[in-house]
Amino acid sequence: MDRVERPLSPHLQVYRPQITSVLSIVHRATGVGLSAGLVVLVYWLVALASGSAAYDAAAAILGSGWLKFCYAGWSFCFFYHLANGIRHLMWDIGLGFEMKQINASGWLVLIVASIATVAFLFAAIL
Amino acid sequence: MSLVTPLNRVLGLGSAKEGVEHWWGQRLSAVALVVLGLWFVLALIRLEDMSYASVVDWLQAPVASILMILSLLTAIYHSKLGVQMVVEDYVHQPALKVSTLVLSVFIHIAAAVAGVFAVLKIALGAVG
Repeated sequence: MDRVERPLSPHLQVYRPQITSVLSIVHRATGVGLSAGLVVLVYWLVALASGSAAYDAAAAILGSGWLKFCYAGWSFCFFYHLANGIRHLMWDIGLGFEMKQINASGWLVLIVASIATVAFLFAAIL
Repeated sequence: MSLVTPLNRVLGLGSAKEGVEHWWGQRLSAVALVVLGLWFVLALIRLEDMSYASVVDWLQAPVASILMILSLLTAIYHSKLGVQMVVEDYVHQPALKVSTLVLSVFIHIAAAVAGVFAVLKIALGAVG
């Protein structure tokens, strides 16, 4: 509702990306990605409820090439959002606010999420 | 004891209108989703394949369908809150913001109803 366009200090153009800010925006992005995935999940469930003929037709769509790529993406979104979500919950109880802890937990989230994603895709495909 | 002044109550509880319920809702659903989300992922791994028979067989067990409904509703609720936050942060033009938020709520409710209905239909054995 601005009637006058006021100038803003530059932020994205000048601030160096850091583990804190990058993980934060990725948390938001993975959240949005997961929300989209929920819609596909519901589509899958409704297809199941519609009988085996309808499901097989839907499964053909759900199994198509580019969607497979999305499943890998959603897997990472899930494990990342879960790990970083727990990091957030720790902060909510008041733990882990020292800079060293924030950096360490940040890297831990990235490592755990990556390993979990790979492990899950491996286990699911086998 | 509410710290909201009478004026603030009239004006809609501040710039965010009301936030604490949102904050708690997001945290509580997050805690539940740590368990429920992991359950779902593990259940997916343990499925032999994604064939109709395998999945229906899995969901017809009462525990599985109960957990599926819980997971779905909790995730959709958590998603609704998250999307609301994202829209509030990035969409500022009032008409566009309100309509986007309303659309988001409608889609989330529709997904919840569709998902629960589908799981119930499968679990109660009413599928062919």
